Amino acid sequence: MFGPNLFHNIYSLIAVILFSVGFTALMLHRNMIKKIIGFNIMDTAVYLFLASKGYITGRKAPIIVDNVMSTEAYINPIPAGLVLTGIVVSVSVTALMLAITIRLYERYHSLDIDEISLRSRKDSPGRSKYNKIDTDEDEGDTQ
Amino acid sequence: MNFIENFVPFSIIICLGGGIACSALNGHTARRLTVVLLSIVTLMSACVLGYTTAIGHEFVYVMGKFPAPWGNELRAGCLEGLMALFFSIIMLLSIVGGVRGQNDDIPVDKMNLYFIMINLMMSSLLALVYTNDLFTAYVFVEINTMAACALIMIRNSGHTLVAATKYMIMSLLGSGLLLIGISMLYSITGQLLMPNIREAVIALDGSGEYAVPLTAVIGLISVALAIKSALYPFHSWLPEAYGYSTASSSAILSSLVSKGYIFLLIKIFYRVIGMDVMVDHKITNILFVFGIIGMIMGSVTAIRQNDIRHLIAYSSIAQIGYIYMGIGLGSSAGMVAAIFHIMSHGATKSMLFIAQRGLVEVSRGSKDFTDLKGSGFRNRLAGFAFAVGAFSMVGVPLLSGFTSKVYFAEAAITAVRSKMWIAMITLAISTILNAIYFIRATISVYTPRNMDYRDRAYRPARNSAIALVCFIALNFFLGILSYPIAYTIQTGLEFFG
Repeated sequence: MFGPNLFHNIYSLIAVILFSVGFTALMLHRNMIKKIIGFNIMDTAVYLFLASKGYITGRKAPIIVDNVMSTEAYINPIPAGLVLTGIVVSVSVTALMLAITIRLYERYHSLDIDEISLRSRKDSPGRSKYNKIDTDEDEGDTQ
Repeated sequence: MNFIENFVPFSIIICLGGGIACSALNGHTARRLTVVLLSIVTLMSACVLGYTTAIGHEFVYVMGKFPAPWGNELRAGCLEGLMALFFSIIMLLSIVGGVRGQNDDIPVDKMNLYFIMINLMMSSLLALVYTNDLFTAYVFVEINTMAACALIMIRNSGHTLVAATKYMIMSLLGSGLLLIGISMLYSITGQLLMPNIREAVIALDGSGEYAVPLTAVIGLISVALAIKSALYPFHSWLPEAYGYSTASSSAILSSLVSKGYIFLLIKIFYRVIGMDVMVDHKITNILFVFGIIGMIMGSVTAIRQNDIRHLIAYSSIAQIGYIYMGIGLGSSAGMVAAIFHIMSHGATKSMLFIAQRGLVEVSRGSKDFTDLKGSGFRNRLAGFAFAVGAFSMVGVPLLSGFTSKVYFAEAAITAVRSKMWIAMITLAISTILNAIYFIRATISVYTPRNMDYRDRAYRPARNSAIALVCFIALNFFLGILSYPIAYTIQTGLEFFG
């Protein structure tokens, strides 16, 4: 199972372990902040994986200096582009998640998603009404 | 190059631009702009569909004129044109039909934000339909997720907030799996454009190299998109998200967002990995099993619901199960049935969500069936539309749901023997279960009770009446004239590879 390729692919291995750590945290942790941290670990693991796949030992970043035009001298730049795109996506998702967390905290004074879920169910008795009767449910955040 | 080919990137870009413009407008102007833009997109998608049908082959739009392995491409065949047309029609009708709901549920100062999200959603759906590049697909999947999250929580209440959080958590699990799946696929093939990956995958499959990573990639991508489209065991976020958001949002989420991901999965099946490789790796069997379980469990849970929104939401889980069952049959007939059901379910479910809003309005805002009794007499059009939708979901002839069930049954008969029996029996059981809760719901809507709820001053919203009439017409159209659509889907799948 662990052939000689293991050492060669050590970064991929680490990336997969980190990915599992982040995935588990995002799925199983009850605390919203820890979930968000888990999500970030998960995405960063993918960037490590991509970056390590693009790197070729002994070569340099593809910025042309000294007029070396041969492709043999440089590493693969595409994974770096993918990582950049991925970072943009994960930053915006993190911002959105943090914003949701703030609003949840303002309304329920808790970061525990199970408890929040429980309290939101108690919020309305069985049948919720539209606008007029809905006001008691809507107090608390007007931002 | 024909001028119509430019419509493909143009329809994506005007939606993105519309989103930016909406941020500077007030709510009502933003809605008008969005409706105009969606109508333009509908027309352009119809042109793309007509053009690709006329020329009889697909075309590729090269973004920025960078040639194949480097540049980014959009691709349109008649199936893509059909899907884009369908998505834009449903989006337009859902927006128009839910105007009164939007006015009631969304704070005035946030109305324009809602339409920013609608525009972003539309552009991401179109991009998912047209893109020929796997990483672009990932980026637009994320945009779609974020827009959907905002559509859920725009209605300011604790329920929608919790629903949006749950939706985001499940979706992020899916996105993570999709991202690592695409990265691994890139690392073993070295390509990002779909046809190039396909060539590399054929070579890998032939040589037997990287067999384990390829299986892992197939599993990761399928599970990721199954999570995102709420296949049965991953549906925990769905009832709350559909049950508490505003009617337009529920309609859009149930008939477009999950369907966009399923269409992407079908594209990946055909154009990236290849259907034969997928069937070899047995992933279709797994999807088949989960689809079957979803068909039963969704309906069983729906029977227990006393809230009209939750009933429709749980029925969505069953219908997603139908679609995955069709995909899981692993044959081209099954795929045609699945894609037809994407359309038939989209047209029906959005109609049900818009109609239920009309019924709830005349029942003192209650979503409970005891209060909804007799609402079909108080708001006749909404009651009729609800009945049509319910009968269509059950599978009454002349309606779209019946036709898709016929296609599923046809596909099941030609499938492998073991799958044939399971699929046919489950179809029968699921139809009975559907009938139990939908017929009960329709009967309770038409039970003459709660006469004191009648309000002389009440007038149904004109916009939603127009939308409901269009929805009913669309349902009958899909039910009666299904042949050209099924033929287009068939041809489009042949273009796929």
